[in-house]
Amino acid sequence: MTAVASRELRDGEVVFVGIGLPNLACNLALRTHAPSLVLIYESGAVGAVPERLPVSIGDPALVTGSLMVCGMADVFQLFLQNGRIEVGFLGGAQVDRYGNINTTVIGSYAKPKVRLPGSGGAAEIAIHAHRILIVSKISPRTFPERVDFVTSPGQRVAKVITDKGVFERDAATGELVLTALYPGVSVEDVRAGVGWELRSRSTLDCVEPPSPTDLRLLREVLDPKGLYLKG
Amino acid sequence: MSLKDAVTRFVHDGDTLVIEGFTHLISFAAGHEIIRQRRRELTLCRLTPDLIYDQMIAAGCAKKLVFSWAGNPGVGSLHAFRRAVEGGKLELEEYSHFGMVARFSAGAARLPFWSLRDYAGTDLPRANPRIKSITCPYTGESLATVPALNPDVTIVHAQRADPQGNTQIWGLLGVQKEAAFASQRVIVVVEELVTESVIRSDPNRTLIPAAIVSAVVVEPWGAHPSYAQGYYDRDNDFYVAWEAISRDPAALARYLDEFVYGIPDRATYIEQQPALAKRLTARAQVCAGVNYGF
Repeated sequence: MTAVASRELRDGEVVFVGIGLPNLACNLALRTHAPSLVLIYESGAVGAVPERLPVSIGDPALVTGSLMVCGMADVFQLFLQNGRIEVGFLGGAQVDRYGNINTTVIGSYAKPKVRLPGSGGAAEIAIHAHRILIVSKISPRTFPERVDFVTSPGQRVAKVITDKGVFERDAATGELVLTALYPGVSVEDVRAGVGWELRSRSTLDCVEPPSPTDLRLLREVLDPKGLYLKG
Repeated sequence: MSLKDAVTRFVHDGDTLVIEGFTHLISFAAGHEIIRQRRRELTLCRLTPDLIYDQMIAAGCAKKLVFSWAGNPGVGSLHAFRRAVEGGKLELEEYSHFGMVARFSAGAARLPFWSLRDYAGTDLPRANPRIKSITCPYTGESLATVPALNPDVTIVHAQRADPQGNTQIWGLLGVQKEAAFASQRVIVVVEELVTESVIRSDPNRTLIPAAIVSAVVVEPWGAHPSYAQGYYDRDNDFYVAWEAISRDPAALARYLDEFVYGIPDRATYIEQQPALAKRLTARAQVCAGVNYGF
């Protein structure tokens, strides 16, 4: 999933990096096909080259050796709202049929069953980044027909990268459509993990497995302790 | 001034209080002192409540929380916060990060609100009616607005300041400058007190000027388990350990007894944990400096 996500990043792009798998994917791209990728963290580090895997989005390793460190007003106004961010990575507790993301509450807002952390920068990233990538494992809980709360709207979602297949947003209907499968996975396997009648594109691509270089970098260099890569 | 005196004098029951710092430079020392002095009915504001507000909520200091992301970064939930919200015991006013930054920017500029291109298509304005919109008088575009945030008191941890309060910060800057300028009172807590000549030798690094500072407190390691760039690393192990502590109210109460109520000050907290310095002290990576001559 991480290697597949990293392939979506093009060399020279400016990417707003989230913590966890997106961070791994960005750092993998930086070390393989996209050496000029510019990583911007919402904490204010621009052109960061973290020498260790940051546990938090405000890790001191993001500062050391970066190209620029700015305050958060600059991050949101001069970079994001200015339109300088090409790719934004988001995840969420729920992603729905139209790519809307919920990171706020499960249940009602007034009386939540589960109180989640909230938006952080996700609402404005979803609105301003030119292309949104979502990375998430498939399960009916994560992919309901409708999210309980729209934290981040789905209109700029380009791809949803899961552990079984890849969805893209249909330009006409705005709906997420299955466009690629991992080797050995059937359409039915994916549908079983999605809470709506998932449509498939007429011809499905096959997701290339990670290369030996990808695997070595991920397991030995980027996440040697297995903080984010489990199993 | 001691932190005890600064909190006694400048933080009152019922205040709107900000302890800022985005992951970096969070004044845990001040949060603990406020818990020790049993301040009540506070409106706590911060982008990321972090462990410090989780502890203050657990200790009964908070009436209301104004925030944009309430989790334990890279770990999971803030469980005292979740218990309070899921049990209906804490009032919330919720924004996104940009919304909170914009509120501080308006407060710092003494404007009534700030406009931003945000929230279209989200449910946040329905959850928080203080997020509104205006029509731009020049373009006709609809823009979101958020109200100014002008705290009673803002507490900022920093690397160094002079005795007057000219405060220098490097590394991640968060929203401290805006929060300090927006506030009625400002307490600065620093790793090191330096002379005015040190500040004058590198004026571009000054984030907060003495003119807006009410009190300067020297408190080495005052940000732990958060960090201070160039002084000590973030204590990620403690952030991970907080998951189990905060999940169990009894364990959380024991933590507060041992590390907050049971001790008089930050110096004791550090003496209590002699291994911290060895584990977290920053290695040197000094920049070349610049020529300020003319």
